[in-house]
Amino acid sequence: MRSARDIARAVAAREITAESVTRESLGVIDRDNARLNAFTQVFHDFALAQARRVDADIASGKPAGPLAGVPIALKDNICLSHGKTTCASRLLEHYHSPFDATAARKLIDAGAVIVGKANLDEYAMGSSTEHSIFGPTRNPHDLSRVPGGSSGGSAAAVAGGMVPIAIGSDTGGSIRQPAAFCGLVGVKPTYGRVSRFGLVAYASSLDQIGPLARDCADAALVLDVLCGKDEHDATSADLPGPNALGTLDEPVPELVLGVPTQAWSPANHAGVTSALKNTIAACQKLGAKIVDIDLPLSDYAVAAYYIVAPAEASSNLARFDGVRYGRRAQGTKDLTDMLCKSRREGFGPEVRKRIMLGTHVLSSGYYDAYYTTALKVRRRVKDDFDTAFRAGCHAVLMPTTPGPAFMIGEKIGDALAMYMEDVYTVGINLAGLPALSIPAGSVAADGDGGGAVTLPIGVQLVGQPFEESELMRIARMLECSREYAAGRAGGV
Amino acid sequence: MHEHPISIEHVRKIAALSRLAITDDEAAAYQHDLAKVLGYIDRLSRLDLSGVEPLVNVGDVRDRTRADEPGPTLPTRSLLDMAPESFEGFVKIPKVQGDGGGA
Repeated sequence: MRSARDIARAVAAREITAESVTRESLGVIDRDNARLNAFTQVFHDFALAQARRVDADIASGKPAGPLAGVPIALKDNICLSHGKTTCASRLLEHYHSPFDATAARKLIDAGAVIVGKANLDEYAMGSSTEHSIFGPTRNPHDLSRVPGGSSGGSAAAVAGGMVPIAIGSDTGGSIRQPAAFCGLVGVKPTYGRVSRFGLVAYASSLDQIGPLARDCADAALVLDVLCGKDEHDATSADLPGPNALGTLDEPVPELVLGVPTQAWSPANHAGVTSALKNTIAACQKLGAKIVDIDLPLSDYAVAAYYIVAPAEASSNLARFDGVRYGRRAQGTKDLTDMLCKSRREGFGPEVRKRIMLGTHVLSSGYYDAYYTTALKVRRRVKDDFDTAFRAGCHAVLMPTTPGPAFMIGEKIGDALAMYMEDVYTVGINLAGLPALSIPAGSVAADGDGGGAVTLPIGVQLVGQPFEESELMRIARMLECSREYAAGRAGGV
Repeated sequence: MHEHPISIEHVRKIAALSRLAITDDEAAAYQHDLAKVLGYIDRLSRLDLSGVEPLVNVGDVRDRTRADEPGPTLPTRSLLDMAPESFEGFVKIPKVQGDGGGA
């Protein structure tokens, strides 16, 4: 499949039609979705209608949008007034949103064609896309492995060549970790950069919407469309857009990157350490200065995250009561019985566990010991990054994940092992910083049926608040470097 | 930090606060699962956090006012259509208090 840039350019120039691009995308989805399970719903008629409207607008002389005719998959926790918004949950299995999320509306207004909704861990709670009523999504690089999560359907849809772009959400790593597992570029913008209006809330102080794409330029193109102040989201920042695409090919002069000592954890897979070394070597070849930094609180970020996120979730998910929308249990004796049974039937085990955990850490007698403590750790996590930036680092470089994609079923029974997947990513959500994962290498592994497969490895760049464009320029410098490309292709 | 594991009675209490129906088997499973996560979280007690100001939200969170002018809202019909049960323009719910005062 062509890049999103190429599609938008060719559709605008009337070299190809949005309809033909959409038909091609739907064809790949129809052929491969049974295998990958990337989509919860595919919108054949709606997608073609959108595409024809884009073509008609261009034919009538209206200016083409920056995403004219680009097929896009939307994570199924982002509201769209077409189809259902399920969050991969029994509770919202039949829920029709009466409105579009601001992010979805911006994409459509830019000429994008929403071809379907992407699978996820229920309510975005998970790191594998196994916690879904639609069943697990499979990694296109090896069908016996997870694509990561919670935006695993989004990642598999792009890596599987179904769409050039997918939209995910990231509360503790849910865009970056799937991007790393599937060999993609995944961007979590600064908290406040993209409106959360219409994103079903998991942890409101951490959630951000962002793109998954095959290269930096496509990610930058979509990021520029998504960003902006929204009167429906009081936390959205009133700042000019990042102009990430327009500045992408301007190298950052006298680049300084900080690499935390914690990035060299003995718990890392050898391929991750090797990918990080290769990336550092490529950066040095580009003239970048690499400095050692210390993020001493990073060993505590996962613990703080599993207080803050469930606390916010227990409050946010209180709205799912079987009263105004969603599943309602039948044959109940009174209101409380109806609430308790509807929620018991509607939520899956991981979601119920996080609600229970959140209720516990917020309950009387435990609040200060857990919640206040976690918020103090959150301050220190942010301070650690601020110190690195004040010392002159343009960005922090570290792994995205401790290892490559794991097997379906491997970690589902061990919650702590699953939570440790996010060891390099959650601190960045606590600090609200922009970060992205780019492909940095690969490892050989045993695949489905015993044959050898190649699994991608990602590295992560973390930037200063609202410096997405600089972050993407650094990523682009790496993407263009010959040494880096060789490291990616050659594996470890 | 408090001692773990947490009691079955406490598990039942937080399930009730969470408005989640729970069986005896599930209560035992939650006791085990929550104790495991809370045991991990206990590492935070190693940190000296005296004098650190809690950080609730990194964003620019302030009260924002807007002009008090009517704007478009979703039609009543589309909101009622989302409800599992509605009656003459209202969302319908079961009795607040059951026959045996079950709440």
